[in-house]
Amino acid sequence: MIAEIGLAALWLAAALAVLQMISGAAALRSVDGSTHPLAIYARPAAIVQAVLAVLAFLMLLRAFAITDLSIKLVATNSHSMKPMIYKLTGTWGNHEGSMLLWVGVLALAGGLLAGLEKRLPEKTMGATLAVQGFIALGFYAFLLLSSNPFERLPVPAAEGIGLNPLLQDIGLAIHPPTLYAGYVGLSVAFSLAMGALLTREVNPNFARAMRPWVLGAWVLLTLGITAGSYWAYYELGWGGWWFWDPVENASLMPWLAATALMHSVSVLAARDALRTWTIMLGVLAFSMSMLGTFLVRSGVLTSVHAFAVDPERGAFILALLLIYIGGAFTIFALRASAVSEGKRFAAVSREGALVFNNVMLSAILAIVLLGTLYPLLAEAFDARVSVGPPYFNPASAIFAIPMFLVMAVGPLLRWKEDKPLRVQFEMLLIAAVLIATLAIVALAGDYPLLPVLGLGLAAALGVAAFLPLRGRKLSRVPTAVWGMVLAHFGVAVSLLGMASEGAFTEERLAAVAPGDTVEMGDWLITLESVAPVAGPNWTAIEARVAARLGEGEAVTLTPQARNFWSPAQATSESALLTRWNGQLYAVIGAQTPDGRWQLRVWWKPFVTFIWYGGLLIALGGVLAIIGRVQVDVKRRKAAELGEERRADLAALTPEPAE
Amino acid sequence: MKAKQQRMVLVVIAMVAIIGAGLMAAWALSNQANYFYLPEQMAEAPPEVGQAVRLGGMVQEGSLKTEADGVTVNFRVTGNGEAAIPVRYSGILPDLFVEGSGVVAEGSLQANGVFLATNLLAKHDENYVPKELEGMTQQQAAKVAADTTVGLQ
Amino acid sequence: MSTAETRSGLRLWLWIPLALFAFFAGLAGYMLTQEKPEFVKSTMVGKPLPEFTLEPAFDGLPGASSGDFEGGKPRLLNIWASWCLPCIAEAPQLEALKDEGVEIIGIAIRDRPEDVARFLERHGNPYTRIGADAISAVQLELGSSGVPETFVIGSDGTIRYQHIGDIRPEHVALLKAELEKAQ
Repeated sequence: MIAEIGLAALWLAAALAVLQMISGAAALRSVDGSTHPLAIYARPAAIVQAVLAVLAFLMLLRAFAITDLSIKLVATNSHSMKPMIYKLTGTWGNHEGSMLLWVGVLALAGGLLAGLEKRLPEKTMGATLAVQGFIALGFYAFLLLSSNPFERLPVPAAEGIGLNPLLQDIGLAIHPPTLYAGYVGLSVAFSLAMGALLTREVNPNFARAMRPWVLGAWVLLTLGITAGSYWAYYELGWGGWWFWDPVENASLMPWLAATALMHSVSVLAARDALRTWTIMLGVLAFSMSMLGTFLVRSGVLTSVHAFAVDPERGAFILALLLIYIGGAFTIFALRASAVSEGKRFAAVSREGALVFNNVMLSAILAIVLLGTLYPLLAEAFDARVSVGPPYFNPASAIFAIPMFLVMAVGPLLRWKEDKPLRVQFEMLLIAAVLIATLAIVALAGDYPLLPVLGLGLAAALGVAAFLPLRGRKLSRVPTAVWGMVLAHFGVAVSLLGMASEGAFTEERLAAVAPGDTVEMGDWLITLESVAPVAGPNWTAIEARVAARLGEGEAVTLTPQARNFWSPAQATSESALLTRWNGQLYAVIGAQTPDGRWQLRVWWKPFVTFIWYGGLLIALGGVLAIIGRVQVDVKRRKAAELGEERRADLAALTPEPAE
Repeated sequence: MKAKQQRMVLVVIAMVAIIGAGLMAAWALSNQANYFYLPEQMAEAPPEVGQAVRLGGMVQEGSLKTEADGVTVNFRVTGNGEAAIPVRYSGILPDLFVEGSGVVAEGSLQANGVFLATNLLAKHDENYVPKELEGMTQQQAAKVAADTTVGLQ
Repeated sequence: MSTAETRSGLRLWLWIPLALFAFFAGLAGYMLTQEKPEFVKSTMVGKPLPEFTLEPAFDGLPGASSGDFEGGKPRLLNIWASWCLPCIAEAPQLEALKDEGVEIIGIAIRDRPEDVARFLERHGNPYTRIGADAISAVQLELGSSGVPETFVIGSDGTIRYQHIGDIRPEHVALLKAELEKAQ
């Protein structure tokens, strides 16, 4: 029954998406003042659709929880002996389940939008819901026609065949759903942008309605990328935290677009400038998330993050991409010239700095996009290439460095017009910190250029992040400003982690017999023993490694080389020792013919700051949302109070005599 | 400056930056992209010494030797023809890395003709076969696939 | 600069995102249509079956050797393993072929006797012989790249046809036709 309820809910939701589309489109035809009779269905349709899509997902979750082996998806992706938590995460650890999660979140977002957003004109709202319904419909079609998650097996399987053990990890429980929710948040921003464009309502009011969605999506994307990076770091056992792998780039590109969009939508809300640019970024951000899905799921690019791929599904997603993004850019080209110009501003102003950084972010996006697609292009000409850090690092740094510099100064500038001399003290302070750090690091040793620059910029940004608070009464600073300060500081923290890892990492690779000790910097690493261990669905060789810093106490690390048996696969489990100032990272390899064991250890100073920074950035985003909502609520209350007063006054005024 | 003109200027600046990024990407990609070589291609027209490339083929039977330090391995990679490129690698070998299996080595050719690998990609699981191995002869590809898709134990 | 000029200039810029997107879509579409050599056809088709002798895969049935394919009639050589899920899916089809009088000789790849026995108990036993190929040696000689695969061996001892992947119900007739041809 579970599968049938889920499937029925999905079909009903798809039907409601059609209704939402028609009703939303009808709202567009409303003549001023009166509402089209069909237009009233859009909001309820969106809300009920949300309930149904979430129900369908819960049904699949239940099927995985009880390991219903008559459902093909469960049989091919789960196993009755898997721990409960991985049974549940297995729901979205596969193509069909993850697409169902995607539409579930999409419908939920549509429902929330329909239920909560009351500021926009009904026409714009109708157009937005129509676009949202149209997007949802495409994904329902995709699910129901080409990847039905509830398909039954003719004969129930005796046992499931597990889950890719590389993905059998708690990281999987958080990482993809967070990213998906972020992608979907961008779809709401996209729908709002199209709605505003279609009804010519590109104005600050629209920007205020769009901002929480962009912020929310951006926070989730930030968390998703942070979690994904940490997952790759400890799970792949290669000691790196970012591989410029297509799957990683697929999550980075929407983030870059969303970061630009978030800043430009703020300019639109505060200053009524950058109208066309904001709309374009709205389309671009969502295209990047769909493009990411396409690249990951279609298999046109090979990645270390193995996903089951299927060209047919790739074709389906490509078709959706063509309809939505091609359509959106066409409407953009036809309509955007009708959007009237916003307010102007001087080059040296807060807007000017934001525009500069928007352009830099777009340039980095172009660099990442081209690097990701280049192997695809080369393959069309029969050359096989891979593009890695030697391209991505310097090419993106060329645009990131000026961006960080402007980011340090931008928040200090006034809107509309400012004089550089007004902030000369702050600028001198930032420059002094930058130069001092660069000098100290350059004198301390011979390190690669980019990490050194990164360290200097991180120090400068860390100081600069708090300068906007200077001379203000802290208790009076709005929550949203705290959010900005925190997010910018988070960027500095993350940058410090990346640069420090790049500059100061120590590594030791050796074959050691049990009892032997190797030295790495100040660390003494002793291999104590190697023994077989077993888990619920794997067996492993586990090494006990004692790590001692100088005369300090020894800490035991237990890296493993695991062999899973359903399906058969080997992975290496790194062991981590986290100190406040860095992480010790150990991996055990194979046994050498003479009986020693390969051991690889790294000391990565401040590497954890990369992810702490990511968390700070996300926290900053959350504060910004809270701040905006606070202001909105206050404004609404004030407006209500004003209404009441006017009503009271009207009641008090004696009726005019006849 | 009128608002309209300002918008024009902004569009031009944005376009210049993005096109600049595009051109720079194109230039950097032609220099930094990691080209893929089969052993016979590498023997015939070797890449420049020190240039980062990828070498893909089969680990020649009987060629895998571990040095005394226990972590450095030397082996030869063969492809369609007679050519065999010596490869040297220090590090933890990927799972399922054995003689006769397919491998993609990332690294660069040294002046002495040895390919110094910084990273080895072998099979990780049944879903991921290094794409580059598709260019090998059928028999070899079959061998690669057999060793990799079947890889139990 | 006149307003009209600015407008038309701007309008042209607005089409650039669409043009870039169209270029990408074209490329992606082209790449998707390129066939991926997912299956590797054996070069051994048409050649005599290589010589081999394999130990029994479990106690119940004798082992397999190239000699078992000699004489009389065409046979099926099925490469499978107890740890392979598609092999479960194809079991009913093999059973159907057996019921029609086809002799099927199995080669179990990298398997354990107890697992083989359990698999046959659960999913039926269509085989007359099963050889154990613990290191995929025979599989490689046959030019087979995965499990399951099925070869039609002619009555003259040559490999006539290779079927890659599990045998679905619609393939049964095809295999029978190939067996007919291999007389």
